[in-house]
Amino acid sequence: MTHTELEKIETDLLLEGIFQRYGYDFRHYARASLNRRITHRLQQSHLEHISDLLPRVLYDEDFFNCFLTDMSITVTEFFRDPPFYQSFRKLVIPILKTYPYIKIWHPGCATGEEVYSMAMVLHEEGFLGRTQIYATDLNNHSLEIAKEGIYPIEGMKQSIASYNRSGAKASFGEYYHAQYEYARIHDWLKGHIMFANHNLVTDGIFGDMNVIICRNVLIYFDRTLQSQVLRLFSNSLCHRGFLCLGTRETVECTDVQCQFEAVANKEKIYRKM
Amino acid sequence: MTQHYDAIVVGTSAGGFHALSAIVAEFPETFSLPVIVVQHTKEDNDEFLARHLNRQSALWVKEADDKEAIQSGRLYLAPPGYHLLIEADRSFSLSVDPRVNYSRPSIDVLFSSAADVYQDNLIGVILTGANSDGSQGLRNIKGRGGLAIVQEPDSAEVAYMPREAIAATPVDHVLALQEIGPFLRQFHEPILVKV
Repeated sequence: MTHTELEKIETDLLLEGIFQRYGYDFRHYARASLNRRITHRLQQSHLEHISDLLPRVLYDEDFFNCFLTDMSITVTEFFRDPPFYQSFRKLVIPILKTYPYIKIWHPGCATGEEVYSMAMVLHEEGFLGRTQIYATDLNNHSLEIAKEGIYPIEGMKQSIASYNRSGAKASFGEYYHAQYEYARIHDWLKGHIMFANHNLVTDGIFGDMNVIICRNVLIYFDRTLQSQVLRLFSNSLCHRGFLCLGTRETVECTDVQCQFEAVANKEKIYRKM
Repeated sequence: MTQHYDAIVVGTSAGGFHALSAIVAEFPETFSLPVIVVQHTKEDNDEFLARHLNRQSALWVKEADDKEAIQSGRLYLAPPGYHLLIEADRSFSLSVDPRVNYSRPSIDVLFSSAADVYQDNLIGVILTGANSDGSQGLRNIKGRGGLAIVQEPDSAEVAYMPREAIAATPVDHVLALQEIGPFLRQFHEPILVKV
């Protein structure tokens, strides 16, 4: 048996152990990325074999939390993929504007940059006041950062550049104030966002949403889990609700394909039929 | 009998546009080995490289899709802004994990995951570039028994990446740019039809 095959057994056992002990289910995560994260944790903890992680995560809850952070860290940025926001403004906003009240769900929100980006768009379009945004993630550490809305100032230059390419109608500087090396998002923007813990794999539907924005989360799942989560999204959307995926994600060739029509093919904006 | 190989992975950054153009022109349409490429680019390059290489090559050149099954006769490019990884079932996965060696896509990420899957049936190629990305990945390929090839630094538009790769790994072949395509073509295994 090759080293890689042995490591697959060890990884299977580790993920099964975590699921049984803590209820977090990583068994259907795409393995290649997951393997990198496990290797990283082994190096950080000076452990040799993946199976050495098993007793640590089972008996040491702090260690497990550390592992959980490794597993769920994703990097995000303000106005990531400006063309997405352009399309959203052009194709989705005019329809949303006709609704009296709007509910948006942002699962896998990580540290919150994309949630705040969407809140800025809605503010500029004049209906943030009648919108409730639900931003969820399985990682409490990320959620804390998202809730605080304080980001290193050195990233703001890139954020402003992306913002300006996103079809912006104001100035990015209106949304934060600088404090030493940090940019703090204004409270009036935060007030429309509710942050909560939700696990896409094991938790249930988030009902009656007008829009679900979940970009670059599905790529971390295998095909089975992708389909399961897309079904969850479909069931969480209201009639004619919008689903926004990452540029490299799709509903095509999944079992919800027939439930959606494409609104923007390239920017992966779909509408429930 | 020569060793059998299942795939070729290629990594390059500065100067890669011309180097890749020269190499892909050498591959036959039915090339039995899929070719998987990381070229460092800006995030908004918009399939420019794929369109260009498609014109240069008999292979079908495309950006890799998430969970797409890897097939022969194709050249896959890592999409800008995403790491490209290979799963055990020989399909692709994408990730937006942090940059590795200041790069996303990172050559090390592709090469290391490919080495895990293809073991000693993998060929890794490092071309021109101004960054040390790929050195560790090529080392991993060599460590699993795969074949490590590096463009001769003197023939590279930017010699840094090949030099770093050579310093990090006892590579199997250091080849001038015009030798690389023909060298790789020898691993093509045409399907024999019995009459």
